[in-house]
Amino acid sequence: MRLLLGIIFALAVAAVVGLGTTWLTSRTGSASGAVRIGAWTAWPKSGTSEIDPYARATVARSGTLPIGSGDGVLFIANVDDAGQPLDGRCEVTVSGTTPPARYWTLTLYDPQGFLIANAANRYGFTSQEVVRDGSSAFRIAVAPRARPGNWLPSGGATRYVLVLRLYDTPVGVGVQSGREMAMPSITNRVCP
Amino acid sequence: MRWLLWLLGGVILGGIVHLVTIMLLPQAASQDAYARLTPIAAVNTMAALPPPTPERSVLPFLDPAFAAAVCRYDLSEAPLKLMVPVSPWYTSVSFYTRQGVAYYAINDRAAGRRVIELELMTSDQRALLPGDEEVTSADRLIIESPSTTGLILVKTLAVTPSAAPVARGVLTAARCNPQPIGSD
Repeated sequence: MRLLLGIIFALAVAAVVGLGTTWLTSRTGSASGAVRIGAWTAWPKSGTSEIDPYARATVARSGTLPIGSGDGVLFIANVDDAGQPLDGRCEVTVSGTTPPARYWTLTLYDPQGFLIANAANRYGFTSQEVVRDGSSAFRIAVAPRARPGNWLPSGGATRYVLVLRLYDTPVGVGVQSGREMAMPSITNRVCP
Repeated sequence: MRWLLWLLGGVILGGIVHLVTIMLLPQAASQDAYARLTPIAAVNTMAALPPPTPERSVLPFLDPAFAAAVCRYDLSEAPLKLMVPVSPWYTSVSFYTRQGVAYYAINDRAAGRRVIELELMTSDQRALLPGDEEVTSADRLIIESPSTTGLILVKTLAVTPSAAPVARGVLTAARCNPQPIGSD
């Protein structure tokens, strides 16, 4: 009887531990193969056949198509440089320069990867669209209400993520070797 | 003490369950990209992806700055010929297995032509290619698919929203057609 109870107990522990960790890692993505630069994270191997099993599980579960390494590199941020979660009710400034690329796009999504409705119908900027102050540096204000210059509406969402995609870029190799690159800073300025 | 041992055994077994389920998840996922695209993309034809909006997006994390089309391919009958005209800005072609592994991607500049032309086949079909044909057509770009079925994603950047109709127009000319070996 005690043996049976023991087996049931062990199996229950196995189910909770095994399925729980699988559920968690396939939801949040794994740390393996991640490259972090400031608030930004990239998984350069996810765009190749060498994608690790955890990233494969995340891709299958979320239904995304990862950006191929011959196409570009994707960086995602869900916090600012100080580690505070990105909150659409605050005003956040994304500024600086990107690593070299033929084109880049910056897009704002909800944490599930869907666009957030806003009156301006603007969901991001391309490198050609963004207004620069004479130099190669740019400044984008992510805010719920209109701002002068480059305004990316946050739609007032409590949580959002920023995705920076570099297209036709030589950084893939650099990212894989973990070399430091200049990425735009994300600074949290005003929170009501 | 005995319960501690059972607990330890359970945790070890849990680790095995974790690894096995992670490996099996891609096969078991019912809402992966391939499944989401099945209702809008017929097999071996190029289908335009509706631009993502806050109300509706076929896949999560689509880049709204791009016009995109998808070819849901099945190589079991014949290899596939892909033709993609390039836009004035940026065009790329990405290949995915049935489970969403990005095994190959190329952009317009790397392809170096006004029309990106690729042939997609399984390694078995490639082995069937006549040897001399490979020599005579050295500039044929042949991609080997690791799976019989999969997805080809074709994207064209609209640098500004006003360029979106042009980008979508370019993609209406993209084609993916089965091409039996020896037919050309």
